[in-house]
Amino acid sequence: MTIIERDERVVSAMGEMPSFEVGARVRISQRHPVGHYRVPLYLRGRDGVIERIIQPAGIDNEEEAYGRNAGSKLHYYRVAFAMAQLWPGYAAASRDSLHIEVFETWLERMGE
Amino acid sequence: MSAHADPHDDHHGHDHPHAEIVHSGRPGYYEIMETAVRELLVERRLIGADEIRRQIEVLDSRTPALGARVVARAWVDPDFKERLLADGRTACEELGISFYDDTGLIVLENTDRVHNLIVCTLCSCYPRPVLGLPPDWYKLKPYRSRAVSEPRAVLAEFGTVIPDDVEIRVSDSTAMVRYLVLPRRPAGTEGWGEEELAALVTRDTMIGVAPVELTIAGAER
Repeated sequence: MTIIERDERVVSAMGEMPSFEVGARVRISQRHPVGHYRVPLYLRGRDGVIERIIQPAGIDNEEEAYGRNAGSKLHYYRVAFAMAQLWPGYAAASRDSLHIEVFETWLERMGE
Repeated sequence: MSAHADPHDDHHGHDHPHAEIVHSGRPGYYEIMETAVRELLVERRLIGADEIRRQIEVLDSRTPALGARVVARAWVDPDFKERLLADGRTACEELGISFYDDTGLIVLENTDRVHNLIVCTLCSCYPRPVLGLPPDWYKLKPYRSRAVSEPRAVLAEFGTVIPDDVEIRVSDSTAMVRYLVLPRRPAGTEGWGEEELAALVTRDTMIGVAPVELTIAGAER
């Protein structure tokens, strides 16, 4: 769903609208859940930028792994990271980047 | 293997050695678990054997030739390319390529400034609806770990040296979205038809580990 115009009378359901906008600076949560997860370890606690909102909203694959789907729909976001910030040995001047889709529950908003 | 362990020995009328024709690898832990779960599911009638066979047919029908057709169409039809980059899945569906697994598709365009590479560090996510099964190396840990941490070295091992001023973008697929690289159209193919162009496009070029080259098909022309 792409919103072209907002109508102030319309109230959207919880989780219906994406919480992050393209360009927002985010940090991947530093969590270590046991069981099925979809956020690779190398990105935990790392800072990135929202590049694209994946439409439509989807179910949480981590919950789906245990057969729990109901009510778990939120957005996935394609998030961009600078390689030079992910890996100590990477050439500091490099513009190379890493892109990955991350479910909303893993994202924390960073300050401006 | 000692001679008495070979069941064929009892029936042999000659004594020269044979190459062993046996399935010598024992099934691994996960192979046994898969068989057990599958047999239980069928036994309890949660799924049918015909459903499993049908899904194998679905997967077998997907090959890199489908992806190559998508790439060739994008090269010759700018409007299609625009739709493909905006929404990979619906553009593939235009060409009759269905998405049986509820994944989305983001198509990543290689240019003279940007080179894309795809990987799945967690497992083996791959644009199966358009490319079929992934190659073995794509599923193995050396590629999965190194593609995200030293992509230039990995690409060089595939013979693909990316100039320093070209930005590398590695896409790690994990959940809902799969990725397909739209490789650069090689120079010297002006005026070629879609089928001729598609014949140039290999699996590896759509993963992003190799460029499309004229060599093979060019020699045939």
